[in-house]
Amino acid sequence: MIKLENIRVSQGSFQLEDLNLEIPESAYAALMGRSGCGKTTVMEIICGLRPILSGQIYLGNLKVTLMKPAERGVGYVPQDRALFPTMRVRHQLAFSLQLRKQPVEIISDRVKELASWLEIEHLLDRMPEGLSGGEAQRVALGRAMACRPRVLCLDEPLSALDEALHEEMCALLQRIHKETKITILHVTHSKTEARRLANQLWLFKDGSVQKETG
Amino acid sequence: MKPATSTKKTVKQSDPEGGFKVRSDVPFMVGLAILGGFYVVMILLMVLADLHFTDASSLKETLGRREIQHSIKLSLISCTVSTMLSLWVSVPIGYLMSRFQFRFKAMVDTILDIPIVLPPLVVGLSLLILFNYAPFRWMSPWVVFEVPAVILAQFMVACAFAVRTMRVTFDQIPQRYEQVAMTLGCNRSQAFWKVIFPQARRGLLAAGTLAWARSLGEFGPILIFAGSTSMRTEVLPTSVYLEMQSGNLKGMLAVSIVMIILSAVVLLIARLFGMQRINA
Repeated sequence: MIKLENIRVSQGSFQLEDLNLEIPESAYAALMGRSGCGKTTVMEIICGLRPILSGQIYLGNLKVTLMKPAERGVGYVPQDRALFPTMRVRHQLAFSLQLRKQPVEIISDRVKELASWLEIEHLLDRMPEGLSGGEAQRVALGRAMACRPRVLCLDEPLSALDEALHEEMCALLQRIHKETKITILHVTHSKTEARRLANQLWLFKDGSVQKETG
Repeated sequence: MKPATSTKKTVKQSDPEGGFKVRSDVPFMVGLAILGGFYVVMILLMVLADLHFTDASSLKETLGRREIQHSIKLSLISCTVSTMLSLWVSVPIGYLMSRFQFRFKAMVDTILDIPIVLPPLVVGLSLLILFNYAPFRWMSPWVVFEVPAVILAQFMVACAFAVRTMRVTFDQIPQRYEQVAMTLGCNRSQAFWKVIFPQARRGLLAAGTLAWARSLGEFGPILIFAGSTSMRTEVLPTSVYLEMQSGNLKGMLAVSIVMIILSAVVLLIARLFGMQRINA
């Protein structure tokens, strides 16, 4: 579950007042709105990357408002994927587990499992440079999901992909959601994409987020 | 009412048969080549003139002198130490200035530029004056006109250049990497050391090269703050000055050529190392 309660954010001229959002456990929610309306900000608030002036944030049954990003259990895939340029794909997938000081065998098994699941076994020893858009997206998803987060935040994951790849990634996201039952918040511009993948639609309208019904 | 088109001149359709001609690129390219080429040729001519003016015997004679050997050794050691100190300081300052907003940031930014814009002699003089005040005064007997003064004078100027380079380096690394690293389980320090610092290695190399070269050429602050005592605080630029004072043009040139060779070697090593990192 993702729950934002009366969130207030202000940074320079950008302001969000009284932001409320509730996404039930295991739901796939899409958040839509015009460019610059604050979609990415919502994602950053959930991840703990944007300081809030007031309000509460809940992930699962946990109040995470004052928690550091590292402690929130959020898998974050930014729009530009932000794969670490100096790490091989294998290390990107193992990164969060190494930080949690997991035993080497467990890390190795999880990396293999993720690689096989995301069909990136052949990329494990590659550096991120030179990966195609679809490959980079798979690696970024694998990296975010490695330590089994509570929620997955995807910031326009399908933008800048060609039609065939778009279709392939849609199918992958559907498979991830079906198999893991993880709560997903997916920011997108495309209504078609949102309707295809999400079972909940949230719209940014007049500075607030509203659930679309029907 | 007249139609709008009747009062305005219409744009002619471009004519593929040759109605519209673009001016040649040649003058622009020639201009670039002349202006750029002039500078490159001047650098080469300067070095060639030095090499032509000196001869192997005077080079051998100068390099055989104990005080020149000491000067070379002290230059190599002091430049390396001041470079390491500069990197040690410039990495945190560059990162702070690149990533964080705080009160008086603009003022701190200006202060960091002072050693760059200040005349080098003034830097030396200011250091000398500073060591008249406590707590610096207590360390004065071991610092002023001693080897630590050489290192400190080099560091004060070289570090400002290293800070600039490191700040630009960190500016060019998007914050998104740290943000993702933090959601994956890093604290700020881990995000820096595991994700950002490895990406800053090329900038670190550039900052180190710049600081080293800058330290090697430092003269004014060293002369004032460390003096020019032979076999004690004499570094290569001081040697050039002392040779000039004694009217030994050949010796002065020989030391200059040593400095040119040292700079070229450092530049080459930095380039080769940089290239290896790119290819890795």
